[in-house]
Amino acid sequence: MNTLRYAIPSLLLMAMLPAAFAEDHLVMQKDKAFSAKALSIKTGESVTFRNEDEFFHNIFSLSDPAPFDLGAFGKGQTRKLVFDQPGHYEVECAIHPEMRMTVNVSK
Amino acid sequence: MKHLRLCMAVVFGLCAGRAGAAVDARPADADPWLRPAQVPAPESNAPTAERVELGKALFFDPRLSGSNWISCASCHNPALGWSDGLPTGMGHGMKPLGRGTPTILNTAYNPLQMWDGRFKDLEQQALGPMGSGAEMNQDLGSVATEFAAIAGYRARFDAAYPGESISTTTIAKAIASFERTVVSGEAPFDRWRRGDAAAIGASAQRGFELFKGKAECGLCHMGWNFTDNGFHNIGLNSEDPGRYAQKPLKSMKGAFKTPTLRDVALTAPYMHNGMYASLEEVIEHYDRGGDLKDNLSPSIRPLGLTVVEKRDLLEFLKTLTGAPMLVVLPQLPQ
Ligand code: HEC
Ligand code: HEC
Ligand SMILES: [Cu+2]
Repeated sequence: MNTLRYAIPSLLLMAMLPAAFAEDHLVMQKDKAFSAKALSIKTGESVTFRNEDEFFHNIFSLSDPAPFDLGAFGKGQTRKLVFDQPGHYEVECAIHPEMRMTVNVSK
Repeated sequence: MKHLRLCMAVVFGLCAGRAGAAVDARPADADPWLRPAQVPAPESNAPTAERVELGKALFFDPRLSGSNWISCASCHNPALGWSDGLPTGMGHGMKPLGRGTPTILNTAYNPLQMWDGRFKDLEQQALGPMGSGAEMNQDLGSVATEFAAIAGYRARFDAAYPGESISTTTIAKAIASFERTVVSGEAPFDRWRRGDAAAIGASAQRGFELFKGKAECGLCHMGWNFTDNGFHNIGLNSEDPGRYAQKPLKSMKGAFKTPTLRDVALTAPYMHNGMYASLEEVIEHYDRGGDLKDNLSPSIRPLGLTVVEKRDLLEFLKTLTGAPMLVVLPQLPQ
């Protein structure tokens, strides 16, 4: 019952606030590699990085639109980042420099 | 509400093998603890016998230094596991350097060179020590002319790099070609992996299990070269910013490249600053979970190893000493 009642307002919200419900893209970190080499997303969408290795990974970017460093996280853990600045991001793992991918954020 | 889109989980298989030519060439069922037979080399500098011979002469030639007294081999001495047995290298004018001399064994397989990964390949690396005032103090502007004046070298460069002149580029390419021949020989550990059950003792076998398990060494020293080619702060008492100088991220302060453990019993003292004289001291460091905790890698924590477990780990590390590479010293071109 309750679920039904909430479903309508949240559908409305979704139409009104596209950013809040923007698509989330999942990227895995496995065998010291990202599961995608390049990703194209829209401004306001997010990427969730999930560590599927036994050891720690990191996520950072020094790219101009908006540099970030999500720190180190272990097996099974995730880090989610909303890309709210359009542009081209080189995303890397500081621990394993061979791990790199690009995220293209379109307007 | 949110869609989680799986980004091509299928790509895993492809990504795993992307690290380098040698890895690509391996059959999928190859033992990850054994060295791939193929040594990676860039297409722009495919190794030939002439290139390797020339590079070897240059590697041992003190005329590459400003003083004509220091060669690459002065610090990377094959009789000392391609290192120098010193806590930190001894450079131009007998001045100690800031960091210890790493072995050049298996550097062909390194995606990045140096303790802080500041050079991307062996070609680029070779010019570093030559031009460094602290190391070989050579004038990179005149070294090519100097070597072009030596008839014996002119012939060798012609044979190795026909059509290219004697330059810092060809000097570096030749040295890199030689270094790519310095790879680890078969160790007792390798014979054991290949099925010779008696090649290493029970203590070393237990040590390998500890290495991968309770002692957590394999989180960083992984695979046949016992390195993840990654950068970690293991909590050494050291002020050196390490990788931070290349990547200004907090977690990289005091982080250094995971060194290979192949032939490690031959290359004391240990760490980027040579602060540990023996493998026993290294094992104690890890057992207590490091000393400085600033930016300590989350993979370093007290291990609670017993006396026997420490000995087992040590016995295992000793089984990584490979058959020595026979090095016949070159007669230097005149
Ligand atoms: C005065 C001693 C000294 C001399 C001479 C010297 N090196 Fe080194 N070498 C070092 C030290 C110290 C390092 C590590 C420095 C650092 O990481 O900051 C090093 C690092 C290296 C590395 C990187 C290894 C790795 O695993 O990252 C290679 C390869 C290398 N040297 C090759 C050479 C070559 C080739 C020459 C001659 C052109 C040479 N070296 C001359 C001391 C020396
Ligand atoms: C968090 C990653 C990590 C873990 C876990 C780890 N190491 Fe290391 N190891 C490194 C790094 C990085 C260095 C170089 C540190 C420096 O010089 O600052 C190193 C250095 C060494 C050295 C010195 C090698 C040399 O040539 O100087 C030995 C030996 C060694 N480790 C053995 C071990 C053993 C045994 C274990 C398990 C008890 C272990 N390591 C666990 C990353 C790790
Ligand atoms: Cu990583």
